[in-house]
Amino acid sequence: MATPAPAPGPHAEKHAELEAQIDQWRGYVRRREAISAADVDEMEDHLRERVEDLRATGLDDEEAFLVAVKRMGDLDAVSREFAREHSDRLWKQLVLVREAPEDGSRSWRELAVVLALAVGAGVAVKVAAELVPDEEVLLRNVALLVLPFLAGYFAWKRRLTWPVGVALLLPFVALAVVLNAYPFAPPGSTELLAAVHAPVVLWALVGVAYVAGRWRSDAGRMDFARFTGELAVYVTLLALGGGVLLGLTAGVFSLVDVDLEPWLEDWILPFCVPGALVVAAWLVEAKQNVVENIAPVLTKVFTPLTVVMLVALFAVLVTAGDLAAVDRELLILMDAILVLVLCLLLYSVSARDPLAPPTPFDGLQLVLVVAALAVDAVALTAMVTRIAEFGVSPNKVAALGLNLLLLVHLVGSAVLAARFLRHRPLDALVRWQTRFLPVYAVWAAVVVVVFPPLFGFV
Amino acid sequence: MRIDKDLVAASATPLVLGILSEGESYGYAILKRVDELSDGRMQWTDGMLYPLLHRLERLGHVQSSWGVSDVGRRRKHYAITAAGREALAERQAQWHVVADALAQVWREAQQRPATPRLAEGWA
Repeated sequence: MATPAPAPGPHAEKHAELEAQIDQWRGYVRRREAISAADVDEMEDHLRERVEDLRATGLDDEEAFLVAVKRMGDLDAVSREFAREHSDRLWKQLVLVREAPEDGSRSWRELAVVLALAVGAGVAVKVAAELVPDEEVLLRNVALLVLPFLAGYFAWKRRLTWPVGVALLLPFVALAVVLNAYPFAPPGSTELLAAVHAPVVLWALVGVAYVAGRWRSDAGRMDFARFTGELAVYVTLLALGGGVLLGLTAGVFSLVDVDLEPWLEDWILPFCVPGALVVAAWLVEAKQNVVENIAPVLTKVFTPLTVVMLVALFAVLVTAGDLAAVDRELLILMDAILVLVLCLLLYSVSARDPLAPPTPFDGLQLVLVVAALAVDAVALTAMVTRIAEFGVSPNKVAALGLNLLLLVHLVGSAVLAARFLRHRPLDALVRWQTRFLPVYAVWAAVVVVVFPPLFGFV
Repeated sequence: MRIDKDLVAASATPLVLGILSEGESYGYAILKRVDELSDGRMQWTDGMLYPLLHRLERLGHVQSSWGVSDVGRRRKHYAITAAGREALAERQAQWHVVADALAQVWREAQQRPATPRLAEGWA
C-alpha cells in the first residue's frame, strides 16, 4: 500500500508525526466501503497497540508504524474479507475491487451496451406490435420481449458462463412456447392468469442472471431483492420525469395544433417504457451512491402508516357482517396487501445492520406482520366459506394459493422476528426472508404451465 | 516453521472461540494469545481477525460491546455466548477425530517403515 512517508521531523515532534501517519492510514482504510467507521476504530486501536509493543522492543515510531501496517495485511484482501462478511455494505459499492477506476473505457463501453440493449428492447416491442395486431397476444408476450434484454445486460456485465446461459434460455423458451401454443379460450381467466404470472417467472430468471447463476446464495438473493426495490424507485422516477417532458411537449404542440397522441402511442411509449427499464437497471448498478438505498428509507416511513391502515381494515372487516357475499376481489386485494407488508419487511431487513441490537422499530415491524396476519385470517375465512359454497375457479385457486404462500412466509417471519427481539441473531430472519423467494417463482410457473390444462384453458 | 495457510484458516474459529472461553477479550489481545499459545509459529494477518470476529458475532457465537482501554481509546470487547460454547464443543470433537486419525496413521507408518507395497506385485 502507499504508506505516507513525510520527511523526518525534529525529534520532539516524532509522536505528532506518528499521529499524522495513523490519521492518513485511517483515511486510506475508510475509503474501503466494506469497512465501516466502527471497524476502522477497532482496527486503529489494534494498530496503536501493535505500534506500542513494537516500540517497546526498540523500534522507532516510523519503523514501528511500518511493521504494524504490514502486519495488518494487504488492505485489498482484508476489505474483501469484510465485504464477504458484510455484503449489505458492499451493496453501495457492488464490485469487490473496482476494475481500474481511472480507465474510463469500460464505463463508456457499458453505456454503449446499455443503450443498444434499451433500443433493442424497444425495437422488439415495436416490431411485435406491427406484426401482431391482437392486443391480448401482445400483452401476454410483452415481458418475453423486454426482459431478455435486461437479462442480457447482466449476462454481459457478470460474464455469465455458457452453462448458466443455457440453463436460463431453456425455461425462457419453454415459457414462450407455453404462452403461445396453449389453446386458450378467449377471454378466459387462465389466459389472464398466465399473462400475469409469466413476468414473475421471467423476473426470477433475470435474478439468476443478476447473481451470475449463484441463486442458492442467500446474499445473492438478498442483493437481487435490493436491486428490485431500487429498480422500482428508479423506474418510477424516470416515468415521472418522462411524463413531465411529454406533458410540456404536448402542451406546446397543442398550441400550434399538432397532436402528439398518435406519436405517443405508436413510437414514444413502445420505445421509452422498455428502454427506461434497461436504463434504470444500469442506473441502479452504476449510481447507487446517489440515492443511497431509497427503498429502506421508504419502509421506515410507510411501516407505521401501514399498521394504521391494517387496524382500520381489521375493524371494518370484523364489523362488516356477512363477508360471504364479497367477491374474490377481496382475496386479490388481500394478496396485494400481504405483498406490501412483505416488501416493507424485506426492505427494512435488507438495510439493517445485522449486528445492531433490536430497536423499537423492529417491534413495530412485528406489530405490522401480526396485524396483517389478523386481517388476512378474517378475509381468508370468508373466502374459504365462499369457495365451499360456490365451488372453485382458476382465479380463486390462484389467489388462494398465493395467499397461503404469503401466509406461510409471514408467519415464519413473525416467529423469527419475535426471536430476534429476544436478542437472537438476525441471520435466521434474513435467511428465511430470502430463501422463501424462489417459492413464488415456482408457484407462478405452476399457474402458467399447469393451470390452463387443469382448468380446460377457460 | 511456517504453518500452511489453509491449516491456519481452518483452526482460526476454534482457536478464537477457545481463547474467548477463557474470558472476555479484544482483537489485539486475542492475537497476542495466539502468538503465546503457538510460540509465535502461527502468524495471522492481523486485519483478517476482524471479519472473522464479526462473522462469529453474526452467527451468535460471540457478543461484542464497546468499552474503553486504559489509555482512554474506544475498544471493542468480545465474549463467548452459550451458542458459541456449543459450537466450540462441536469443533473440539471434530478436531479430536482428525488428530486421532493423524496420530494413528503416523504411529503405524513409523512401526512399519517403508515397505514398498506396490513393488510386491511387480516382483
